[in-house]
Amino acid sequence: MLSRTAAHLYWMARYMERAENLTRMLKVTQTFSLMPSSRSGRQEITAPLIITGAVEDFTERYGEPSMASVLRYFVFDDSHPGSIVSCIKAARENGHAVRGSVTSEVWESLNATYLEMRKWLKEGVDESEIETFFDFIMERSQLFLGAVSSTVLRNDVHRFITVGTVVERADNTARMLDVKYQVMKPLRKESDRATDYYHWGTLLRALSAFEAYHVVYGDQITAEQVAELLILRSDLPRSLRACVSALATILPQIEGSAGLTAKRLTAELDAALRYGDLEYCFANGLHEYLSEFLERIGAIAEAIHHAYLEVA
Amino acid sequence: MAKVALPPDGHYDEMLGADGHCRPHYQPYGDWLNQTSVQTLNSKRRKADLLFHRVGITFNVYGEADGAERLIPFDAIPRIIPAGEWRVLEKGLLQRVTALNLFLHDIYHEQKILKAGLVPTEQVLSNVQYQAAMQGLDLPGGIYAHITGVDVIRNNDGNYYVLEDNLRTPSGVSYMLENRKMMMRLYPEAFSQQAVAPVEHYPNLLLDTLRSASRVDNPCVVVMTPGRFNSAYFEHAFLAQQMGVELVEGADLFVRDGHVFMRTTLGPKQVDVIYRRIDDGFLDPLAFRADSMIGVPGLLSVYRQGNVILANAIGTGVADDKSIYPYVDEMVRFYMDEEPLLANVPTYQCRKADELSYVLANMEQLVVKEVHGAGGYGMLIGPKATKAEIAEFRTLVKAKPEQYIAQPTLCLSSCPTFVDEGIAPRHIDLRPFVLSGRNGPQVVPGGLTRVALKAGSLVVNSSQGGGTKDTWVLEDESC
Repeated sequence: MLSRTAAHLYWMARYMERAENLTRMLKVTQTFSLMPSSRSGRQEITAPLIITGAVEDFTERYGEPSMASVLRYFVFDDSHPGSIVSCIKAARENGHAVRGSVTSEVWESLNATYLEMRKWLKEGVDESEIETFFDFIMERSQLFLGAVSSTVLRNDVHRFITVGTVVERADNTARMLDVKYQVMKPLRKESDRATDYYHWGTLLRALSAFEAYHVVYGDQITAEQVAELLILRSDLPRSLRACVSALATILPQIEGSAGLTAKRLTAELDAALRYGDLEYCFANGLHEYLSEFLERIGAIAEAIHHAYLEVA
Repeated sequence: MAKVALPPDGHYDEMLGADGHCRPHYQPYGDWLNQTSVQTLNSKRRKADLLFHRVGITFNVYGEADGAERLIPFDAIPRIIPAGEWRVLEKGLLQRVTALNLFLHDIYHEQKILKAGLVPTEQVLSNVQYQAAMQGLDLPGGIYAHITGVDVIRNNDGNYYVLEDNLRTPSGVSYMLENRKMMMRLYPEAFSQQAVAPVEHYPNLLLDTLRSASRVDNPCVVVMTPGRFNSAYFEHAFLAQQMGVELVEGADLFVRDGHVFMRTTLGPKQVDVIYRRIDDGFLDPLAFRADSMIGVPGLLSVYRQGNVILANAIGTGVADDKSIYPYVDEMVRFYMDEEPLLANVPTYQCRKADELSYVLANMEQLVVKEVHGAGGYGMLIGPKATKAEIAEFRTLVKAKPEQYIAQPTLCLSSCPTFVDEGIAPRHIDLRPFVLSGRNGPQVVPGGLTRVALKAGSLVVNSSQGGGTKDTWVLEDESC
């Protein structure tokens, strides 16, 4: 496969996944913005900025964050490369460049999403409709993944798409968990069960893990068990373990013998998750653990780039 | 019920005879159309638009502000060609393309036709499309134009005429294929009435043609595109996918040790045949335009060593130039010792003093074309032009007569077309695609029919508001 093609496939999947993750993140924010500020609604509004490392850029352009301006920045601002609109556009552009390599179902799902999104933007989306817009993006991302899963031949095309998806997803789950944990930490001493339930429950919902939590634990929602579910459980599709494990399976299947560094780093991280436990995760503090994870997944992404996507 | 009407007097209509009756080969379709309501046609048209948009069969128009993608309007009423008529057309096309390839081989070798005085030497050698780098280079099978699109029209005398040959990077074949797919999807019942010759195997034939162009066993073929902002990018991607080969951009290729390689996830892979959809001037910044960002440095030297095949060859443009066009008949006679089966449109060459004065005196009746123009730009249609436009063109032609040719205004035949007002006659042309491989030229039965959607308009180019139709060649001899 052409290196350029591999790069387009990888970024097509990453951007689509990023659009979905942004939507998941903003749904949490929106839920919390409706809460009294004593329950940290204010912090929730800034959470997306912290998660995506965009505090500075945002402040420069919009000043003091409000719910409306944060939404504008993350949903509609096409001069912000990290907005949903920009991600959908980038996913479609990458798909456009490789439309000959993907099935028509995959391309059509991207193209139809983009065209429909443009129609939405033209007509304007007001705050009361934002939920419908979020649902639309989520649905389209699922449609894209479904088209990939059910129509793409299991060759390197499928592998590079999947690599893009799981790298982005692992990165996102780690960031969302990290930020939520930091928001919750100062609140924990008050041991307000309702606040706990509300915060962790919303995070679980955003990661489509709320029902899973109850099936697995059938218990009160606690920070430790949430962390265990989102980091260590192999049966939760958005957990770090599941994402890294998928990556460790796929990378060696890519044709050829390139990418030793990427494969080694992934196998190491996979082992750390596979044979890790909660004690290990919390040993130096969860924030430190997740920061290290983000560094390691970043190094893997870089190694993938170097080995496959920019061959000299 | 859908009603079909005749064009104004003196025009040839593909479906209706001068007496207003349906021509025999259109009868089954005409009967079907009669039983179909305008509402049905309308709703199917909306469905077709939606499908084309979603599949992304759009094209970019140069010079449009937002570079927006536009749909080429698709018309659901097919252009139908009876079997007997196609057989003659096919023979003529194959003969013509054979002669053009022989001409190209000749002018880049012994130049016998120039020595015989049949084509003026300066018309060839000082033509901007003539590539000195091709002189003396032997190509496998002597094939220069592997893919040719010949633009043919039917005049009101009922005869076909060749309007121009496209020997560089002719486009439009994807519409031939997608239009057929769309017709079969929307109107399966219309196909059950008549045996329509299939065109769907074109990508297969194209791949065979490209592979046979190389001396290498099992050659690696790629399609080369200027990139996804090119107006015909959809077609480049489509053909690569249909043939199952890589679609590359200049940056994906590099030259090392006298060969061309592409960058892949497995490392460098040698490329043997490049179906390039990029103009000569942009192929190699070391040899042609130094500012080309879409070419491959060193490509020409590999080509000259015979280590890569370019389809079409470099320098084919000299044979489809409008100033060479009047001599194609001579080529057929000279190289093949045959009489041309397909007629040329009579052409006045403004570089000749007597023909220039005729053109200047009769501009109102003529179509005047820039010799190197394409896509319907740089031309004047006398009978449709205002006095001011004619005066402006007269100045242009006087200033540089060698840059212009003129032809009588032919009346393109019309075909019933579904437009806002209902079904109305609109002018059409036809571009069949001829493939020249080691086993001789061949043409799939059909082509791209372009239609001028504005009433009375003769400009069918998609960049100027033309649409397309499916082209049916009938297999049944009886019509």
